[in-house]
Amino acid sequence: MAGETTTKNGLYGWIQARFPVDQFVRSQLTEYYAPKNFNFWYYFGVLALVVLVLQIVTGIFLTMNYKPSEADAFASVEYIMREVSWGWLLRYLHSTGASAFFIVIYLHMYRALLYGSYKGPRELIWIFGMLIYAALMAEAFFGYVLPWGNMSFWGAQVIVSLFGAIPGIGESLVEWIRGDYSISDITLNRFFALHVVALPLVLLLLVVAHLVALREVGSNNPDGVEIKKLTDRDGKPLDGIPFHPYYTYKDTVAVGVFLILFSIVVFFAPTFGGLFLEPPNFEPANPLNTPEHIAPVWYFTPYYAILRAVPDKLTGAALMGAAVILFFFLPWLDRCKVKSIRYRGTIYKLALAAFTVSFIALGWLGLLPADGVYVLLARIFTIIYFAFFLLMPIYTRYEKTKPVPERVTSHA
Amino acid sequence: MHKAMRAAFLMVLALGSGAVVASTAGGSESWRQWKADNDIRSAASLQRGARNFVNYCLGCHSLQYIRYNRIAEDLGMTEEQVKANLMFTGERWFDPVLSPMPAKDAETWFGRAPPDLSLIARSRGPDYVFQFLKTFYVDESRAATTGVNNLALEGAAMPHVLADLQGVQKAVFVLEKHAAGEGEQMVRRFEKFEMVKPGRLEPAEYDEFVRDTVNFLDYVAEPIRLKRERLGIWVIAFLLVFTGFAYALKKEIWKDVH
Repeated sequence: MAGETTTKNGLYGWIQARFPVDQFVRSQLTEYYAPKNFNFWYYFGVLALVVLVLQIVTGIFLTMNYKPSEADAFASVEYIMREVSWGWLLRYLHSTGASAFFIVIYLHMYRALLYGSYKGPRELIWIFGMLIYAALMAEAFFGYVLPWGNMSFWGAQVIVSLFGAIPGIGESLVEWIRGDYSISDITLNRFFALHVVALPLVLLLLVVAHLVALREVGSNNPDGVEIKKLTDRDGKPLDGIPFHPYYTYKDTVAVGVFLILFSIVVFFAPTFGGLFLEPPNFEPANPLNTPEHIAPVWYFTPYYAILRAVPDKLTGAALMGAAVILFFFLPWLDRCKVKSIRYRGTIYKLALAAFTVSFIALGWLGLLPADGVYVLLARIFTIIYFAFFLLMPIYTRYEKTKPVPERVTSHA
Repeated sequence: MHKAMRAAFLMVLALGSGAVVASTAGGSESWRQWKADNDIRSAASLQRGARNFVNYCLGCHSLQYIRYNRIAEDLGMTEEQVKANLMFTGERWFDPVLSPMPAKDAETWFGRAPPDLSLIARSRGPDYVFQFLKTFYVDESRAATTGVNNLALEGAAMPHVLADLQGVQKAVFVLEKHAAGEGEQMVRRFEKFEMVKPGRLEPAEYDEFVRDTVNFLDYVAEPIRLKRERLGIWVIAFLLVFTGFAYALKKEIWKDVH
């Protein structure tokens, strides 16, 4: 019956005559063909969607009890933790969800590096995805300030003051962002507005754009083969299977496994050894008492390490920005025609391995104090990090690739 | 060469831990290894800790984020027990645990208002509180104020209110040469405590007293902890079953994909 417009009676028929439910379900699910060889790396898109919904739902309920003011913010979070029914669970789901979001997004992005998912015709999917990542970083930063703990305060102080490094307009720009001469009640209020209204709207719109673009060109796969090239007489890809029921059921298993791991953290290690919720943030914000070392939450530490590796504040901040922005250009930096790492040359495999080590090492160094040998290490890994992107047009051009098969090679 | 590297590494560690105060450098001092080793599952220990807190700490320190009735419920105590043992200044049953001392007066008396301790076990950790309560020592240079100092919190404004129980101890330091920049620096390193005037408790009894108190503060920092862990077992058990069914269903659906 696929493709056939059936007339139905009753409420469903009434709605169908006025709103394209069937068409939507067909185009997005039952007649959207995905490659049949998705592997482990292809779960993280749906998991990101699950975490997004979780953050929005828990966030709504947290907002009902949180008070965005200098005087009440910290106490209102403790009130949620202790007095609001299930408040502690909402808060831990939300705080763990923030970290889970980044874990899932980082793995999702890494999948693109492995299988060349950013390459044509998927450049726009990648750009929308990177915009989501950038918006998510802003969302996480504003959210981190809201509990108004001491690390919230000093973290905001450090990050906002980075804009002060911009020559000429720096100081007035910082003042404009804060809305005050220091991080204050006013700053907290506007960060709250951005966190609960502005950025969630931006995120949702970008997610829609990301998915529309994906549905248009179709998913890449671990072999980097375009499944749309080989179709049967009906025009269905030979290596494609309908997203529903195949991937909806498969992804349900992944969501189950993810929720088990997620629950282990929420119920047994919500602070995750001080990585997800930092100890100094259980002390109220105190402008007169700087924490021993100010470190951002783990998901920002690679960039933080790059910032601190450079002695000059302006150059450091610029490099930190560049470290994120360079990702946007990947589709054009990578000159290799072959998508999947399975058929790419040794040089790309080595470059990706070096980048992977650098990113993780920088993340680790960003948690440590910037002293002695750590600064030296951070500088070395910063150079490797940038070399991966900047030398890419050169080393990918001369890559010795293997022949890419006509059809996908396996299915999970 | 090896030694120099090790020294450099230790320097980095010391700098890292923020303990660059020349007088107490050395991250490996024995007291830093002391662990509270408390067990929030022990209701008896928590009840003793609550009693200790009310008797020795509440005079100055509040627990503004917890209420008496919550403590009673979580620690398995009746209203009568709590009223007889923990509530002495006319608080109501559902009041938060607040110190009767006015903050303004406290600031005049001690130089700063004693901090609220609701979250001390989360912000600094139970081991820190344990070490803090055990490392007060006589310090002549502070005779004008409290007469004591503390290894865990250099220059603490708090007097040793538990001296009566622990006794009064003196700290023995040794001076060590450390490489500092281009030259050398004499660094004071803690060696041991010597009891000057014994207290009412034996050292082992005092450790237990401190452990119970820390245990109570650990509970107060996150009262939901025991319940959250019990609930977690059920949630994960459900998810395991759910995922098992989901997997079986997936296998069935995918049978015809080759």
